[in-house]
This record gives sequence, structure tokens and C-alpha cells, in this order.
Amino acid sequence: MKKNTVIFYGLILAFIIVAPFIFPDFRTQLAALWLMIIVAMTWDMTGGQMGYNSLGNIVFYGTGMYVAAVVTIALAYDVGAYTNAFGGGVYKFTDQQYFLGMLLGILGAGVFCSIIAVVIGFVTFGLRGPYFAIGTLGVAIAAGELVSNWEWVGGGQGIALPVYPGDLDTGKVLFYFLFAVTGVVLFIFLKWLYSTRFGAAINAIRDDEEKAEAMGIHTLRYKLTTWAMSAFFVGVVGGISAFQLIHFEPLETAYQTINLGIFMVVCVLLGGKGTLWGPIIGAILFHVFKEVTWNYFLGWQWVALGALIVVTVVYFQDGVMGYLAHRKPEWFGVRLDDKKAEVSQ
Amino acid sequence: MSTIIEIQGVSKSYGGVVANEDISLTVEKGGITGLIGPNGSGKTTLFNSVVGYHPIDAGSIKFEDEEISTFPVQKIARRGLLRTFQQTRIYGAMNGVENMLISLPHRKMKFLDAFNRNSESDYEKADRLLEFVGLYEKRFLRAGSLSFGQQKLLEFAMALMNEPAALLLDEPTAGINPTLINGLIDRLIRANQEFGITLFIIEHNMRVIMNMADKIYCLSHGQMLAQGAPDDIQNDPRVIDAYLGAH
Amino acid sequence: MDQILINLSLLAEFPIVNLKIILDGVMIGALFALAAYGLALVWGVMNVKNLAQGDFVIAGGYVAWWMTQQGMPPLLGVPVAFIVLWGLGWVIYKTVISRVIERDLFTSLLATFGLAIMMAQLLNLMFGSDTQSVALGYKTLYFFDGLIDVPVAKLIGVLMAATLAIGVILFMKSSRMGQAIRATAQDARAARVLGIDTEKVYAFTFSLNAAICGAAGAIIVMVWIIQPFYGITHSVRAFVIVTAAGLGNLPGVIAAGLGIGALEQYGAHIFGIGYQQAIAVLLLISVLLYRLIQQRRLRQSLQ
Repeated sequence: MKKNTVIFYGLILAFIIVAPFIFPDFRTQLAALWLMIIVAMTWDMTGGQMGYNSLGNIVFYGTGMYVAAVVTIALAYDVGAYTNAFGGGVYKFTDQQYFLGMLLGILGAGVFCSIIAVVIGFVTFGLRGPYFAIGTLGVAIAAGELVSNWEWVGGGQGIALPVYPGDLDTGKVLFYFLFAVTGVVLFIFLKWLYSTRFGAAINAIRDDEEKAEAMGIHTLRYKLTTWAMSAFFVGVVGGISAFQLIHFEPLETAYQTINLGIFMVVCVLLGGKGTLWGPIIGAILFHVFKEVTWNYFLGWQWVALGALIVVTVVYFQDGVMGYLAHRKPEWFGVRLDDKKAEVSQ
Repeated sequence: MSTIIEIQGVSKSYGGVVANEDISLTVEKGGITGLIGPNGSGKTTLFNSVVGYHPIDAGSIKFEDEEISTFPVQKIARRGLLRTFQQTRIYGAMNGVENMLISLPHRKMKFLDAFNRNSESDYEKADRLLEFVGLYEKRFLRAGSLSFGQQKLLEFAMALMNEPAALLLDEPTAGINPTLINGLIDRLIRANQEFGITLFIIEHNMRVIMNMADKIYCLSHGQMLAQGAPDDIQNDPRVIDAYLGAH
Repeated sequence: MDQILINLSLLAEFPIVNLKIILDGVMIGALFALAAYGLALVWGVMNVKNLAQGDFVIAGGYVAWWMTQQGMPPLLGVPVAFIVLWGLGWVIYKTVISRVIERDLFTSLLATFGLAIMMAQLLNLMFGSDTQSVALGYKTLYFFDGLIDVPVAKLIGVLMAATLAIGVILFMKSSRMGQAIRATAQDARAARVLGIDTEKVYAFTFSLNAAICGAAGAIIVMVWIIQPFYGITHSVRAFVIVTAAGLGNLPGVIAAGLGIGALEQYGAHIFGIGYQQAIAVLLLISVLLYRLIQQRRLRQSLQ
């Protein structure tokens, strides 16, 4: 690595570590920003790099939440009885039960969501283009509806997890770092993944799937693997969110199809599809816009958000990175004439 | 020589239009087989049937003694039977080298091999083949910015990169500058002889196909009109009629 | 689970209940078919998959509902909703759709999804999130000792839907604009070469679609209920119908619409009304699956 690169990443990492301590009032906000960054990066794995625009990735977030909750509860109590006694029962968790549940719940959420992605993917990856988007949207809506009718996990009322046993501020720092570590791991993982043959293969699927098939690339296998990896990380952050939010219910929080489910797409579009940094930039822009303007809309927030989606899609579809790539192609290693080609390598 | 592709009594019609009717032919392993015929005689339809773009109505297609007529495209490609497109298909947004590297024979890789970067020898192989087709100087240009003929050569190089057992070429010389055609013929023959790739070629240019093929099949109106060595075909009155008589 | 079995055995025990469910389903399915026809029209002519389809329906419903609140006769709501939604469709075409029409399909899908969110939220702000309906005050006909009840209002609704459908079909068959629309659907470039102003055709088609949906919504508010967030379910239904029937297959769209209506009623009867949206979505997934298997057999994928 070049010296500048080391300094660049070192500075970012240092900021990530000190941020919750220099902005103590914004710890929850920063955690929410990490959530946005992570889901945007995972959406870009299929949407940007592989060309499969899913509108249903939220299904992994919701499922991750439920898996984490159910695992934690099941380690100590009977889940059906626990959810039945919602609000009334006295269920105590020891510190050990809480943290063991957290560890197993979050990892279990990731693994379970990967499996779900492979199972759903066997069907949905037969669909191309808009059919895939509509099909996955359908899966997400159906999942939310089914879970909200499933009494064992609390039905429409949702499910409540134990509160973090320590003091409140330590809890906020813990959740910040859970998200941050997941985000950093995801970034390193993707940087590596996109540099392998695997990355090239999913790009080939995006650019011309028929040609990729004709060249004998195992398209379905790559598509399933990519979605499973993406789902793993979404499931993990879903699990973390479950512990952070303590109580969540199926339609508004877990399977929030038109909130987070569509935000992740907008983030990626804002930042630029199919790039490593695009989703991150987009998520930061979007999150800041959302948080700063939110209070000024006086009940019109959701209309404004719908309008933001429309405006982004219509006028700014290539995003920040796309704009830069258009203006400064040489930054992205695109060579347009023969001379430069001779100079390098 | 043994048979590598065996087509037996294949029929295919679109709606009421019969594109192929009871076609039987064989492609010998290690040879160059030609497929000619006037426009609309069903050549490309037959190619598409072989590589799996549509179901056939009747008959059987065997590749290395395995029935492939119901396989989807990827599965056939993974057996080592590859095709190029009449309208070339390359990855326009990638450069030449990237196009080559994406064409590495995935069927010979294990799943975990995909998580490696491309090795030094992969790059060397890409460069060697790009040089072979004469695109070495342009290897870092965006493939979409190449001329049609160059894209065609790139597609050919990509096919070679994939190390197929047999390669189906759909009009390799169409759209290529006539001064380059001799070079292309030479490369096709070398690909056949040096790399041992069986070629099955649709070609309109009679001079090209007569110079290359060991055996030629001629289709007309979806039916097999004639078959034989280049010399026989050249002098077959039915073939001459089909080309000159057909309006 | 037990409830489901009881509901099932009820169907077997009283075959006449089946008739009632099918009748109900067919009457509501006729309205689904209208919205689906509009979707197929826009899809076929300009290759835009409109996810705001259901919100046009709901918006039309609210136009009619608002009018009756002001003391106007409910039936007048249908033509007024048609006209209002025509205008809305035109505005949306000019501001959004015309700019995404040449882009890739996901762009238009996402843009219309954004529109759908916006419209649902606006309706929510304007009219509140309660379910609404308009009582027509006609009597109900009873058959089979009262086991089957057919409200006259529903019959009127079906009749109006049929009239609207026939009107649109005649228009498409015989008018100059209808011909231009069909020509553009077949080949927009050729149509342009022949002097058809495709931009005008697109604007007209999209407005017509919105208007059809609006009229359908105005009928739905009289025979059923509406709510600001029911739009997405209507959109999903329209997609189910068009995917099942295929583009440009009018009898197919009608048959699929009636079939979906009946299937949904069965689902609601067996699993309970809480599953209504889930049933619509599961129907979508099964239709996609069916089409997928069909395409597999042709060695193709669904795109």
C-alpha cells in the first residue's frame, strides 16, 4: 500500500474510534448512520455489482431481528410463554444469559439469513430485471405479513428483549462499536472480494448475463453466494438493532419495507452504484439530509422522502461517484487513448 | 477422427415457419466443419439449438456422446461447447484484459478458486492471446470503444481463453475489413491446429470457408441441401442454384 | 390451524357458500382487471412498470368519497375521478415518467415506487388513515333462503366497470389515437418514422391509465373499502394479473382478474381477513414461479 493510502485509512479508523467519545450526544445517531452505511453496502453487492436490484433485502433485516430475539429468549425461557406474557410476565435475564444470547443471537441471525437468502434465491434468481425487483418486494411484504400473524413470536405486537444490563451510556457505546466493527469488517471484506475473480464474475453477470452464461460461468452459484454474503451482514445488523431497540414490532420496525428497505436503495443511488465508496458516501449524505431536515417538515417527512426518491432517481441516478467517473474518468483507471495505455504497466 | 457433435433429425419451427427440418450432421473432433447457406436458410437457428437458446421440436443433439438438447445454455457451455455471436457480445465497460480474465475457464475451476485473484500466468495467457489476435496494443482500452471488427477479434480471443473443446463461430468474418480476412483465416486455422479446438463455422464468404473447412454442409430453406468436401460443394449445381437462384 | 380446518369443512358442508365466495370474488375481480388493464397498457406501450398503479386507484376512491362528503351523488364520483386522475396522470407523466422512460427498467420501477410512497402519504395527510367507504343505500337481493346476498350496489359497480372497459376497448380499436397507441406499442421507432408523435401518445396513454384506475377506485369505494395505504396491495394485484395473463392479452387479463378476485376471497375465508395482503403477495409469488417454470421449459428466463 502507498503511504498516502495508509494515512487515509488510518485517519478514518481513528475517527471511527474516537467519534462516540467526542460526540457523546450523537452516539445513537452515529449508530444509526452505521446501520445505513452497512445496509447500503450490502445492497450494492447485488444491486450495484451484480445488477440484481432487490427491493426486498429488508427481509433479512427483519428476520435477523427475530432470530436474535428468539435465540436469546430460547436460551433462558420458553419463547411462546414469553411472548404470551407480553408486558405482564416477570422474566429476568442474568448478565451471562444476556451476553451469551447477544453473541449467539447476532451470529445466528447472520447465518440464518444466509440460508434464507439461498432458499429464496433459488426462486427469485430465475427472475430478471424488474421481475426480480417486484418478486423480492413481494417476498418482503409477505414475510412481514406472515410474521405479524405468527403468535409464537408475538404477532402484530412484536417482541421485547431484555434491556442492556449496564448503565445507559456504556450501552450506547457498545452498540455503536458493534455496528462500527461490523461496518469495518464489511468494508475490508468487500474491498477484498471485489478484487478477486469472484468480483469480476458478478460484474460480468451485471454487464451481460447471457454472455456470462455462454462462457460457462456458474451464474446461479455466484448469484446465490453473493446474496447469501449480503444477507449475512444484513442479518447481523438486524440482530444488533434488535438488542439496541429492545422492543420491536413486525411491520413498522422489523420488515419496514418502505423505510429502511427503500432507503438503502436511495443511499446507493445517491452515492453511485457499483462502487466501493458510493454506498458509504450516499448513506452519509442521505442520513444527514434526513436528520437535519426531519423536524422542519412538520408531518410531511414521508412525502418529502418519497419526493427525494423520485428526484434522486430521475435527476441524479448515477450518484456522486458516477458523476465523478463521468467528469474524471482517469481517477477510475479508465483509459481512453493508446498513449496512456503504453505508459502504464 | 471421432465425432464430437452429432445432430440427428433436428426440427425447429417458429409459429408456422419451419426454420430447420430434419437436419442431421456430424462434426468431427479436431476438424473444421463449415455450415453455409443463403440468408434465412436456418443456420443460426441450428446453432442456437445446439448451444441451448431454445428447445427443439424433434431430434437429438449429442456433444461427446451426451444428449444436450434439453440442457440450458450454461450447462452446455460448461461441457466445453462455446459459441460466438453474430452480433458480437463483449463487456463494453471493461477493458480488453478484463474481458479476457473474465473468460477464464470457470468450468475447470473449483468454487473456492473464485476467491483468488488472477494469477500471473492468467495475465500472461491473456496477453498472449490478445497478441495472437492482434489486439495487444489496445488491451487497456475500454472494449466498447473498439471497432466492430476489433470487438469481433476480442470475442474470438475470449473464446480461446475459455479453452473450449469445440467452438461454434457465427460468421467470424462478417464486418471485418477485407484486408484483415486473410489474417483471420490464418488465426482460425492456427487455433484449430495449435490449440486443438474443433471449429464449427457459419460463413457467408465462400472463399474463406473453402480455404479452411474439411467438410461443408449446405442448408437451404431449413433443409439439408448438400454435404461434402469443399471441392464437391463448390461444384455442386444445387448449391450454386441455391445461392444464385434464390432471390 | 384449527380455525383453518373448520373454515375448510364449512366450504365442503355448504357448497352454496362457495357460490357466494366466487360471486363476491368475481365482482371485485372485475375492478382488479380494470387496474391491471391500465398497467398492461402502460407496460406494453412505453415499457414502464408502474408501481404507483394501486395508489391511482386509491386516489380515485378518495375523489369519489370526498364528493359524497360534500353532498354530491356517489355515482357522479366515477366520471369525476376519471377526469381528476387524468389530470394527475398527465402531470406525473410530464414531471417524472417522461424523464425515466428511456432509462433502464429499474429506474422507472423505483421512480414509480417513490411516487407510490408519496401519494400514499399525501392521502394519509389529507384524509386520515381510517378506512372509508360510500354507502349507496340500494337494497340487497337475496337468493337461496338468504344464504347468498347480492347488494345492488355491487351489481351497479360491475356494470359500470364493464361499460368503462368496453368504452376503452372500442376507443383503442377504432379511434386515431387508439391506433397510434397500438402502433407505438409494436415499434416506437417505426411509429416515429411514420409521423406519430410518440411523446403525445405516451402522455395520453399514461393519463388514460391513471384515469381508468381512478374510475376503478371510485367504484371500489362504493362496493368495498379504501385506505391510504391499500395502494401497494392493489399494485401487487395488478402485477399478478398482468404477469399471469401476459401483455396484450385482454381476455386473459379479464379472466385472471376475476380469478384473482375469487382466489383472494377464498383465501380470506379460509385463513382469515388478516392475511389479505399476504394472500395477494403469495399469489404474485406463485404466478411468478409458474411463469418461471414455463420459461425454463423454453430454456429461457423470465425477463
